[in-house]
Amino acid sequence: MYRIVKKEDLAPNIKKFEIYAPLIAKKAKPGQFVMIRIDEKGERIPLTLVDASPEKGTITIAVLEAGKTTKKLNSMKEGDCIANVAGPLGIPAEIAHYGRVACVGGGVGIACIYPEVKAFKKAGNYVVSILGARTKEGLILKNEIKEFSDELYVATDDGSEGFHGFVHLLLKKLIEEGKKFDLVVAVGPVPMMKAVAGTTKPHGIKTIVSLNPIMVDGTGMCGSCRVEVGGKTKFACVDGPEFDAHQIDFDLLMIRNKRFVEEECLALNEYDKSCACQR
Amino acid sequence: MAKIREKKVPMPEQPPEERIKNFKEVPLGYTPEMAMEEASRCLQCKPRKGKEFPPCVEGCPVNVDIPGFIKAIKEGRFDDAIRIIKDKNSLPAITGRVCPYENQCEGACTLGKKNEPVGIGRLERFAADYERTRGLIIPEKPTPNGKKVAIIGSGPAGLTAAADLAKKGYDVTVFEALHEAGGVLVYGIPEFRLPKEIVKAEVEYIRSLGVKIMTDVVVGKTVTLEELLKEYDAIFIGTGAGLPNFMNIPGENLNGIYSANEFLTRLNLMRAYDFPNYDTPIKVGERVAVIGGGNVAMDCARWARRLGKKVYIVYRRTEAEMPARKEEIERAKEEGVEFLLLTAPTRYIGNEKGWVKQMECIKFELGEPDASGRRRPVPIKGSEFIMDIDTVVVAIGQSPNPLVPQTTPRLKTTKWGTIEVDEELRTSLEKVWAGGDIVRGDSTVILAMGDGRKASLSIDKYLSGNDKTWRTVTQ
Ligand SMILES: Cc1cc2nc3c(=O)[nH]c(=O)nc-3n(C[C@H](O)[C@H](O)[C@H](O)COP(=O)(O)OP(=O)(O)OC[C@H]3O[C@@H](n4cnc5c(N)ncnc54)[C@H](O)[C@@H]3O)c2cc1C
Ligand SMILES: Cc1cc2nc3c(=O)[nH]c(=O)nc-3n(C[C@H](O)[C@H](O)[C@H](O)COP(=O)(O)OP(=O)(O)OC[C@H]3O[C@@H](n4cnc5c(N)ncnc54)[C@H](O)[C@@H]3O)c2cc1C
Ligand code: SF4
Ligand code: SF4
Ligand code: FES
Repeated sequence: MYRIVKKEDLAPNIKKFEIYAPLIAKKAKPGQFVMIRIDEKGERIPLTLVDASPEKGTITIAVLEAGKTTKKLNSMKEGDCIANVAGPLGIPAEIAHYGRVACVGGGVGIACIYPEVKAFKKAGNYVVSILGARTKEGLILKNEIKEFSDELYVATDDGSEGFHGFVHLLLKKLIEEGKKFDLVVAVGPVPMMKAVAGTTKPHGIKTIVSLNPIMVDGTGMCGSCRVEVGGKTKFACVDGPEFDAHQIDFDLLMIRNKRFVEEECLALNEYDKSCACQR
Repeated sequence: MAKIREKKVPMPEQPPEERIKNFKEVPLGYTPEMAMEEASRCLQCKPRKGKEFPPCVEGCPVNVDIPGFIKAIKEGRFDDAIRIIKDKNSLPAITGRVCPYENQCEGACTLGKKNEPVGIGRLERFAADYERTRGLIIPEKPTPNGKKVAIIGSGPAGLTAAADLAKKGYDVTVFEALHEAGGVLVYGIPEFRLPKEIVKAEVEYIRSLGVKIMTDVVVGKTVTLEELLKEYDAIFIGTGAGLPNFMNIPGENLNGIYSANEFLTRLNLMRAYDFPNYDTPIKVGERVAVIGGGNVAMDCARWARRLGKKVYIVYRRTEAEMPARKEEIERAKEEGVEFLLLTAPTRYIGNEKGWVKQMECIKFELGEPDASGRRRPVPIKGSEFIMDIDTVVVAIGQSPNPLVPQTTPRLKTTKWGTIEVDEELRTSLEKVWAGGDIVRGDSTVILAMGDGRKASLSIDKYLSGNDKTWRTVTQ
């Protein structure tokens, strides 16, 4: 069992958890994730490692309510225990000295980009962080990211803070204004990553994104997470989750991520009903 | 002497029309009376000239004393029977259900020459079930010898090695990547062939011997083998053949196309058949094609029948070449699975939403025998046809799990990705042994267990100080 040591609200529908998992904390690297199963009847879901403290033996995750499991997880309290946490999984991000690196985060992806911002900065890069959310409440971890960024830009869909519009349009604007980037790393919803890839491609900027296909084991055993990169089938959990954005078939990923929508709706409805009964 | 029954005492089982409506085990097991009657068919053979064991025992990969335990059953000494079996086989409730005994012990049985062989598998199952329903007998714990062994993977190979070493006084820890111990026994083999309660009970038994089982530890990621080597006196790798193969034909990533591993893991390990009571979903259409002709394919097909679907097995050779057990093929047929033989898919066609809706197949004829001695299937030009299908399960085999070799550069592997070992299952790395599917490619539960046992003997020999030489494996 893995105890929730600390819980914090990042945004109305995003919670941050610090979980006691000493073995994982020792090994966690930026870009990696864990597989979590809340309880005996739970499904296994992947969540990115946002931070880790080998000294305290804890790992940090940030969870956006998307359906039953994430909603249930976000209703858990400090001191509660999670049945299973396995990791760190996936290949760590390739942190090196590239020069000027843009770290683009969208929605809960802002939390996922945070460890990379830190690591790229430590590796001596000039880091430009570009964060996007629907409203200003969604611009999570802004101050933490600012601390490790040479420049910080934000965008909101509703214009409540920063650039008014999608985050890839902000990136486009910065590039067109003459900002040079040697590497762009983007994490967020699939349409956002696709748009970022489309933005950087004409400029020939190397771009890495972190894919989020549906996973079961997270260890390369089932093939549920298969994606197409450069025309070849890859298992995102062991070959990724980070890949060259200009090689990815994003449309296939979007289709595959809708495989269980009916079942997911049913599960969420049943869960909401059972919560309503308890109230 | 009374005439011996020609056939085995029949095993009561759920009729096909009944069983495809539930997920329970098909054969129901012998009563004590049935078991004693079946046991009385045994001729108590002696070893043949130049052989160490009677024929049936020669046929069993772990050499269970078959006439010994059968005699005990015949005389109603059921506790003795289980003790005799467990001397060689620590998971009899499992092997009694899933062993391909027709090719092993029963295949070698003297009685089988003229009549049906003795139902050794059924009797083994009976003895194990008899014990389990009365509470497992836990052997006395030996005095700890102060030496630590790590086992990677909790499949039959790892569990057997763990049990054997714990009985000898070793401090044993099993590291398992998934959240439940058992390997293929929990994620692959279906509930209706091997109830998960039984695997649980066997795992509990192994825990009661003092073995620690750490789930959620992915060796190579959470800890590396090299790190474990610093802490443990010996390591056994039993990580299995968990990597699913695909055919790499057009359309294989369409929605509705699963690997057998994904299909079975969702249903077995994650209990998707009980969705939404359990959270993990599975979506199966009305017409299911299972590609392949092995046990895994039969398991997938029989699962899909239980979900109420029309099911086809699509296999490129004939039934005679199918690697699946005869019994499983028969069961699948009884349950209404249709067989499309000498047929294989060439591409999948999707609808506008990205779901598979059709499959193009080609017909084959059998040509000259290939390296394996089986006649090679040759595609017939122009025989392509299209069939409507909305779910596909690709069950064409697994490859060795690459996680440990990838993260342990000093460990030698073959070109197939299996770990290289010598006759005692020692790898190229001192103090590291390996066995089961990670060494054999893919095989059987009992051979994996046999490896676990063999490695435990070699580990004990090495650690008890009599033999400290490490001959690295030769290529
Ligand atoms: C490598 C990786 C890292 C991720 N990191 C984070 C993170 O740090 N924070 C975060 O909030 N989310 C993250 N996600 C997404 C998160 O796993 C899903 O939101 C979650 O599984 C949804 O489960 P649910 O039951 O709440 O929702 P559901 O209602 O079941 O599903 C909502 C949507 O989530 C996706 N999804 C469903 N089940 C799975 C599954 N088993 N695996 C992956 N996706 C699934 C599907 O696209 C689905 O339509 C990550 C995904 C991946 C693959
Ligand atoms: C669907 C199906 C049906 C079958 N039916 C039969 C049958 O009827 N009869 C029969 O005899 N055989 C059958 N087999 C074959 C048999 O199950 C295998 O040969 C046997 O399970 C191999 O045992 P193993 O211990 O080597 O590996 P496995 O049972 O594969 O166990 C390996 C374990 O190691 C774990 N692992 C892998 N990598 C790591 C890592 N890096 N760190 C930690 N843990 C790790 C895995 O999660 C798994 O739990 C079947 C196989 C399948 C897939
Ligand atoms: S372990 Fe398998 S082969 Fe050996 S006696 Fe039992 S059923 Fe037969
Ligand atoms: S070979 Fe058959 S008849 Fe002979 S001892 Fe073995 S089980 Fe009995
Ligand atoms: S999640 Fe199963 S292979 Fe990647």
